[in-house]
Amino acid sequence: MSAARTNVWKLLAVVAAMFCFGFALVPMYNALCQLTNLNGKDTGMLVSANIKEKADLNRWVKVEFVTTVNGGRTWQFEPEQPSIEVHPGKLYTVNFRAKNQMDQSVVGQAVPSVAPWNAAKHLHKTECFCFNQQPFAALEEKHMPVRFMLDPELPADVETITLSYTLFDVTALARGSANTSSKQPQADVPPEEKNG
Amino acid sequence: MRWIKTTNHKDLGTLYLWFSFAMFFVGGLMSLVIRAELFQPGLQFIDPEFYNQMITLHALVMIFGGVMPAFVGLANWMVPMMIGCSDLALPRVNNWGFWILPFAFAMLLSTLFLPGGGPAGGWTLYPPLVLQGGASFPLTIFAIHMLGISSITGAINIVVTIMNMRAPGMTLLKMPLFVWTWLITAYLLIAVMPVLAGAVTMLLTDKYFGTSFFNAAGGGDPVMFEHIFWFFGHPEVYIMILPAFGIISTIIPTFARKQLFGYSSMVYATASIAFLSFIVWAHHMFTVGIPLAGELFFMFSTMLIAVPTGVKVFNWLATMWRGSMTFETPMLFAIGFVFLFTIGGFSGIMLALAPVDFQYHNSYFVVAHFHYVLVPGAIFSIIGGIYYWIPKWTGVMYNETLGKWHFWLSAIFINITFFPQHFVGLAGMPRRIPDYAVQFTDFNQISTIGAFLYFIAQFLMVYNFLRCALFRKGMAPAKAVVWEGAHGLEWTVPSPAPYHTFEDPPHVGDDETAHAH
Repeated sequence: MSAARTNVWKLLAVVAAMFCFGFALVPMYNALCQLTNLNGKDTGMLVSANIKEKADLNRWVKVEFVTTVNGGRTWQFEPEQPSIEVHPGKLYTVNFRAKNQMDQSVVGQAVPSVAPWNAAKHLHKTECFCFNQQPFAALEEKHMPVRFMLDPELPADVETITLSYTLFDVTALARGSANTSSKQPQADVPPEEKNG
Repeated sequence: MRWIKTTNHKDLGTLYLWFSFAMFFVGGLMSLVIRAELFQPGLQFIDPEFYNQMITLHALVMIFGGVMPAFVGLANWMVPMMIGCSDLALPRVNNWGFWILPFAFAMLLSTLFLPGGGPAGGWTLYPPLVLQGGASFPLTIFAIHMLGISSITGAINIVVTIMNMRAPGMTLLKMPLFVWTWLITAYLLIAVMPVLAGAVTMLLTDKYFGTSFFNAAGGGDPVMFEHIFWFFGHPEVYIMILPAFGIISTIIPTFARKQLFGYSSMVYATASIAFLSFIVWAHHMFTVGIPLAGELFFMFSTMLIAVPTGVKVFNWLATMWRGSMTFETPMLFAIGFVFLFTIGGFSGIMLALAPVDFQYHNSYFVVAHFHYVLVPGAIFSIIGGIYYWIPKWTGVMYNETLGKWHFWLSAIFINITFFPQHFVGLAGMPRRIPDYAVQFTDFNQISTIGAFLYFIAQFLMVYNFLRCALFRKGMAPAKAVVWEGAHGLEWTVPSPAPYHTFEDPPHVGDDETAHAH
């Protein structure tokens, strides 16, 4: 009977290990996304402000902007221009406009995504409203800049890039805990912090 | 009190089977609500919110309350009798594992009476939709935790019993295939039920404790839930079919009066299917935007499953080839299984092709596919297995004529129900909608009629089984070896099987093959 008992404990250990494995899938999955630049989740999007410009004037790439407000009508949120033609290797600034339509203050968090997936690591931003949570007073309207550059190494077959922002209401999340910064998405850590 | 405190494997097997019997009817009634609403386009009987609750609960009840407990019940009854031991290794854990179930389902089904109703986000519980549920959400999560605990304790019990308590002389490769398939199923359960528990725990903390595992605003990713869920979900699919393979591999040799063709290849095929089930999960998610390399990997690994499954199907055919076949009810269900499960397998191969899956995804074609593998697959095998062993359990023969009627009506109506769903799916009808475009009306009406007739036909089975189980006075007694061609230790005990069997373990000789059919 003791062989059976040992077997039971071994199997219980497997159960415990698999429970932990379920949670371990989360960082593993994120690591895989970064490794393969899937999902627009990419640290390549973040660069410091002193990036070197090296414009490739022979090439034009169209960058389109998509804005979405997640669930509901908290904001009016749109780019100031729907798209822009750019040279790779040159810095551009575009503005987004968001207006809080609620008569109470809210906190927003924009989550970026880039399509096609193989362009994600070639889109560098020196400044983005998505790096931080954005507090809005009641009915406040904000103009929020994004300063970005396309890497000249951008694959030649990419002629159009879509940069999408989804604006989430994170008022509860921001209020909920003091150490929100540690819970912010990786892509939202400001480059200044990263570089010390 | 006897039934509450019992630790006897036969009592608990009976309880499991009664419980799953009840759940099949609850889940079946839900499916009739769904089919009634789909009889015509537009909204007739129920509002869309309630429709969503019905499809969610139908799936949860059928999977966790119907199919899985039925297989555990059969394992409880048959595994100790097949390997020649007196009971499962952990009888009290066995009792506990069963008695969690009624409470879990009471909790799950009670959500229907809460404000906001039951869970309505689909049984796959995808966030963010599932997080928008009301009071039903935490109760559903806790119910799933309890079901998981029940499954895990059952699985550990079965593994330990099989590994440590076989009769002397019964080596692993002499075990009957039902025991083999259950051993592998139990390992699958131990490996993946904790992953599901982890996934739903993350949902719970996302909703109530401010974590952001799947919340994009906090840096999480809802698609990640799909990965974790299907890492559980695909092995779960095989948890519901591998024991069925074992039952079919037991029934066919008996009525073909031949040994099972390719016993060891059956064992290895089962193990291969179990292994492959861990590396194919993303074929449920071809449309979420995984890269080409990923699509190809999951497409090819999924198609690979057709190889061991094909080995099984051809082994069953080869077993029947030139056998002296007779067609008693269990055999009819087994042949029905081979035929109809293979149809479900073929539509599975179609769904495995990433490029065409973009068309089939979330359509009624998917519904047709998984109902073909689950109803005439898993459920036919359970019904066939019960017809096969119920004389051994109760000591009386069921009514063969009614059994045959039950098979033929079921086989016809199940096809009337689900075959048209292939067509509406290919034509573009999405799943999980209470209303549909008018051009789908005809096929949906056929489907609904089939579903109601199928449900009514099941009362033949109810009558047959209830007579054997409860009202068996005056019925013909069953012999110890109920079927002429049956072999195996379970037939060496009298019918009905005594309350305690194999207190002294039998000895299996070197030249005997316990699986020998």
